[in-house]
Order: sequence, then C-alpha cells, then structure tokens
Amino acid sequence: MGRTLAEKVWDQHVVRRGEGQEPDLLYIDLHLVHEVTSPQAFDGLRLAGRRVRRTDLTLATEDHNVPTKDLHLPIADETSATQVSTLRRNCEDFGVRLFPMGTQDQGIVHMIGPEQGLTQPGTTVVCGDSHTSTHGAFGALAFGIGTSEVEHVLATQTLPLRPFKTMAIEISGTLRPGVTSKDVILAVIAQIGTGGGAGYVLEYRGEAVRQMSMEARMTMCNMSIEAGGRAGMVAPDETTFAYLRDRPHAPKGEQWDAAVAAWRELRTDDDAEFDAVVHVDADALTPFVTWGTNPGQGLPLGESVPDPATMDDDDAAATRKALEYMALEPGTRLRDIAVDVVFLGSCTNARIEDLRAAAEILRHHQVADSVQMLVVPGSMRVKAQAEAEGLDVVFTEAGAEWRSAGCSMCLGMNPDQLSPGQRCASTSNRNFQGRQGKGGRTHLVSPLVAAATAVRGTLSSPEDLVDDRADTTTLQPA
Amino acid sequence: MDAFTTHTGIGTPLRMSNVDTDQIIPAVYLKRVTRTGFEDGLFASWRADPSFVLNTEPYSRGSVLVAGSDFGTGSSREHAVWALLDYGFRVVVSSRFGEIFKGNSSKAGLLAATVEQSDVELLWKKIEQRPGLELTVDLEACTITADDLTVRFTIDEYTRWRLMEGLDDIDLTLRHAEDIDAYEAGRPAHKPVTLAT
Repeated sequence: MGRTLAEKVWDQHVVRRGEGQEPDLLYIDLHLVHEVTSPQAFDGLRLAGRRVRRTDLTLATEDHNVPTKDLHLPIADETSATQVSTLRRNCEDFGVRLFPMGTQDQGIVHMIGPEQGLTQPGTTVVCGDSHTSTHGAFGALAFGIGTSEVEHVLATQTLPLRPFKTMAIEISGTLRPGVTSKDVILAVIAQIGTGGGAGYVLEYRGEAVRQMSMEARMTMCNMSIEAGGRAGMVAPDETTFAYLRDRPHAPKGEQWDAAVAAWRELRTDDDAEFDAVVHVDADALTPFVTWGTNPGQGLPLGESVPDPATMDDDDAAATRKALEYMALEPGTRLRDIAVDVVFLGSCTNARIEDLRAAAEILRHHQVADSVQMLVVPGSMRVKAQAEAEGLDVVFTEAGAEWRSAGCSMCLGMNPDQLSPGQRCASTSNRNFQGRQGKGGRTHLVSPLVAAATAVRGTLSSPEDLVDDRADTTTLQPA
Repeated sequence: MDAFTTHTGIGTPLRMSNVDTDQIIPAVYLKRVTRTGFEDGLFASWRADPSFVLNTEPYSRGSVLVAGSDFGTGSSREHAVWALLDYGFRVVVSSRFGEIFKGNSSKAGLLAATVEQSDVELLWKKIEQRPGLELTVDLEACTITADDLTVRFTIDEYTRWRLMEGLDDIDLTLRHAEDIDAYEAGRPAHKPVTLAT
C-alpha cells in the first residue's frame, strides 16, 4: 500500500525503529528556539554537562517578549528583559546563532524559518511553540514541543516519537474573492472541533490548496494545532519551489536541482489511505469569525450569536460560559458586534501578503475613530518589504499604528495587550479567555475582515465596504 | 525524575471542559527562567473568584485533579505542567488531553490519566459526595480508586514504563548515540544549515 506525505517524511527521519512499546527515534533537521520555552532547557544541559549537538541545525530568535515600538529603549518589564538576556547568554555560551530584537533578520520564530529558506520540503522542524505546525506548508513535518523536548533536541538532535495518525482535509473547489485560507481553517476547526485533529497530522489537499500562495498555506497549517492536530502539511509543488528559490539558506546550483528532484517525490501516493478524511467545499465558504472563547466557536460572518437554549446540555453550558465572558447576547448579528481594537499580526497572519491585502482596503478608507488598529509585521524582513512598497504609509495615513516585528498582541506577554473588557478583532490564532490580555475579548478574523472591521468599527468583510468603493470585489484571496 | 508507582491524595473536581494552557497558566506568568515557582500562576484568572474550586477547602489541598474533556489544549508551554506540579498535583484525570500537554506531562513526571467521560462523571460524583475523599492512582494496575469505585485509565505503555522507572529521556536516547552518528553520516547534502551565509 502507498504512503501518505507525512509517513514518507517520517520514514526518512527514523534513526532507530522502536522495539516493542518503544517509540521511534526521529532525526530533527531544524530546531528553532525562542526566549520563553528555552531557558530551562539550556539550564538542563548545563547541569548535565552537555553541549548542543548540532548548533548548525539550531537557530534562535527573540519574539514573544519583545516590545514592538521604542526598540532603542531597554525592555521595561524586568522579567521580560531577563528572559531575553538569558537567551542571549545561552546562545553565546552554547554557540547558537541568534537574531536579536531590532536586527534585520529578527522576527516571530515561524516567520524566520520560511523566509530564510531553512524550512524546506521533507525536513523535520521542531520548536518549543505549538504553532510550529506553520512550517508544514512546505511539506515539512513540523510540530511544537515542550521544554523537556527542547532540551532533548538540543542534546541529541533527535526525539523519541510515536507515529501519528493521518487525516486528509480535502478542500475542493475555489475560494471566492474576499475569502481566505484563514476562513478555511476557522471553518475546519468549527467543523471538527478543537479536539477533532487530536493524534493526527492533517494534510491539506485539493484544488483550493493548490491555488493558494505559500503565505496562505502557512496560515492554514499554523492553526492545525487549534484543531487539535499535531501538525499540518501541504505537499510541495511549483509554488513551494518558487518561494524557496534564492532564499538565503535555500540550496544553490546542483544542490538545488538535487533538492527539487527529492522534493517532487514528497506527495501522498494515490493508493495511500488516511486514517480519517474531512471534506470542505471551498466554493461555499464565506468570511468566518469566532464568537466564543475557543477557536472552534466560530460562524460565518453573516450569522448571529448562537443561542444556548437550542443546544444539548454540554454545548449549552460551554456556550453560556463563553457568551458571558464575551459579553454577547444570543441572536445578536455578528456584523453588529462593535470592537475597540483591531490587531493585524502574529505568526498566523503577519506576512507580506496579509499586509498587502489589508492595505489594499485601507488605501481608500480610514480606521474608525472608535477603533485602535495595530499593524505588526511578523518579521523585520516583512517590515522592510512593506516599507519598500509604501504600505506603512497606507496604514499610518488610514490611522493605524505601524510597529516592529514580534508576537505582539497575540499572547499578552509583552506591552501590547488588551485592557480588561476591551474587544478585539484579531488575525491571530487563539481566542482563549485573557489570551490577549487579562479580561480581553477576542474575535479571530482574516486580514481582510480585520481591515474592513477597522473601517466600520463592527465585525465586517470587504463586501460591506462595496458601497464606498466599487472595485473591492476584485480583491484576491490572501 | 522520581519514579511513580502509586499515589494517594485528595481528589479535586474541575468541572470544566476545554481547559486550555492559557487558563492553566496565563502567558504573563511564563517569564521565569527557572524550573520551579510557577504555582502562583496556576489557573490565575480563575483564582480571583472565591468560589473557584482551588479556593475551597479541602479541594485546595488536592493532588489528583479530575477535569473535563480536552484538558491542556493550546500552547506548548511546559510551564502548565510545572504549575500543576508546583501547586501539588501529581495526577490529572480527563477523558482527552491536548497532545503536547500529554507529552510534556510524561517528561516532567505528572501522570496524565485518560479515562472514559462517564468515569469522569462518576469520579466527580464520588468526590463531591464526600469532599476530601482520597483517590488512589495505581500506575501498575492503571486504576483509580475512589472509595468503592474503581475505574481504569489508559496511558501508553512506554510512558508508563518510563514513569515507573523514573527514567530520563536524554539518557535513554544517548544509549543509541552510534545510531545517530550513522544517520547523520547519510543525510543528503542539500539539507539546510543555520550558519550565517
């Protein structure tokens, strides 16, 4: 029987097959490191007198704690500053390359792998961060790990792992203009639930996926973890190769040819069987937003806040709790929900294409007076690119704030946070209680919905702006 | 890591599903660079509520947390496991766990015991009928005993063996250092390296 993409990549990395109950030992091609989940791992190495086995397969960046403005000033929060300085010391002591805050290659850990050309088809990629699934967009087997595993990879460049099950997410048809891969993944999570992908590697397949850019594929793979999946993957194709070519760490010359030849083999065999299959009709999708406190609590923007009275007991209880936290009444049209803040950023949606899509809307509109909009490029390279294209001017002239790279308002760990009770339309990945700051309320949205929402002040899609501007309908999916 | 065979302690019912790691410990508490001292961040946003289960006696002294389904979803932060351990929990029981959380638990010595949802309900009922009831978790037999009720839990065999032996993963892997060397010798030349170009 044939093998799936995930199984092929797995098989290529088996250092040692486990005997009996033992897991397989898998080789790790790329280990990305950041300041939050690494200090205790480096400490563990020190205590045991171990070194980093492969510094040449390890790369560190500063992202979770960094401020996104006034970078010339010291980090004000003492514990954040300690975490960043600890990473710097650890990288120096152990010989790990680091992209420090404010330098040209720094960015969110899941931005830098792809843009450096380090994330390649058929590689295994790990990082002490659940959104490592992002890298699967290249046909890499990429997944988040905990700090003990970070230490394990630093020391051995391997991980003991048990094979995952495989799930095909078949996305047929073509996305309509204004509908993005973010809407697709939010719809998938709403369909299968936050635990639906537990134990699986999700492979996104089908016509709609083939039509997506690498940026769009990354957005989708990024949120595989929100569906409970261990990883998300897309088989590499010409789009993948074109993205990688000439990146700083992409293979060159003959090596490039050898690499592409190997990458072309990385697709699920026709006779391979998945352990589960989920179907999504791309033609039927419309912009999707979340109303609750987990990423599975989402609906098409055209619908209304659900009514717990119509649900069975378990769902009703969870919905009531979520609505109470979100301060929403059943039956309220989602389009009538007013927000205080719009956040365009995070490892989900802060790539150049996301910024372009939002800028295209804001070029002709102003951010509503009642809204604060934060635009935070995912990396300093994206920031430079956007500025070269004049997008920063578009954003600031529309009334948004233009920042430097970092995780920013995705996770309430740096100065960019919601205040208690504030409501935010966010292009990030988690709408958990307090995720964006204590008491903050999050609606997950695409960059297009974020921009349209910033203009109207209530959850909106670009369609809602058509009256103001005739050619919005020509927008391409991001 | 200490070896785990059996544990007996007060059961604490957490009647909530989808308890993600941001609820177990909010990001703002992740800034320590040490391995200990995370107990203050455990369920931080809920502990402001006096009626929250960890603010009530005798549940505040519990060491076996019995939670709703999908416990530990979300972020990869191992701090969630450390916060539970630092607070005093040795066992978490749920019908389904976040994958990374489950992996992290096994590394840090917290037993994540998977039971049927109907058994979670039975355990909740037992505990609430007699607050302070001690539960005995037997890793050898894979059972949880609460008074006259005994339910079975599942855990993968390898994790069970490692927890019972208290073995360190890195030492186990380094027993196969020659296999790693051999694998590295055969890696394709086009694989990327992170060094400055």
